[in-house]
Amino acid sequence: MADLTILYFAWVRERTGLDEEHVERPPRGTTIAQLLDKMSSHSEGHAAAFAERGRLRAALDQQFFPLDTEIGEARELAIFPPVTGG
Amino acid sequence: MADQTPSIAVRVTEEDFDTGAELARLEALPGGAIASFTGLVRDDGGLTALRLEHYPAMTQAQISAVVQQACARWPLLGVTVIHRFGELPVGARIVFVGAVSYHRVAALEACAYLIDWLKVSAPFWKQEIRRDGSRGWVEAQNADDARAALWRRREGRLDPI
Repeated sequence: MADLTILYFAWVRERTGLDEEHVERPPRGTTIAQLLDKMSSHSEGHAAAFAERGRLRAALDQQFFPLDTEIGEARELAIFPPVTGG
Repeated sequence: MADQTPSIAVRVTEEDFDTGAELARLEALPGGAIASFTGLVRDDGGLTALRLEHYPAMTQAQISAVVQQACARWPLLGVTVIHRFGELPVGARIVFVGAVSYHRVAALEACAYLIDWLKVSAPFWKQEIRRDGSRGWVEAQNADDARAALWRRREGRLDPI
């Protein structure tokens, strides 16, 4: 199955130091939060970006979902702070 | 009323816009009641500019979904939403929302609904660029979530106001 693309925005992008990365698709049933737990060990930047879980929001294939959602078949995951447009 | 398909324009752009020209487009539609909101970069002591980042693959679709919800709720003949991104100096226009209906209440309410929902559902992030060169991300306001939630309550199932 295709890899998972992860996009980062705002201070999550700054902390990870990455606009996007491609990771091996996590096992079936893995939630967004569980993937972030696992990826926190990738670098100090990832750990810093994912530490404040209450300040993170997510989208799967361009739709907002809570962090306890299973990633399932989604091709694109985005992680970002609460939006501040308008 | 408003059996015809509303004329909808949604633009996500780095370019500035002409508020007068946008209002003129809405005035040219039948309806006769136009309400609009324009948001500018506010001079919050020490700020020189805002830099707006967004999620390009998602932004247009999110804004269009909010517009569709407004059209389902009020008899609208036209809607325009323009949201800019990039670096915008103090005084620059950031966002324009305009709604046309037959009567003022529908136009005014739809306009407020559109900007309230855009604030909580369009994937934009504002970064402040201050006079001393420092930068900081703007924090989301609980009050914005509360405003959007108010519209949900007014749908009637919970706590009508």
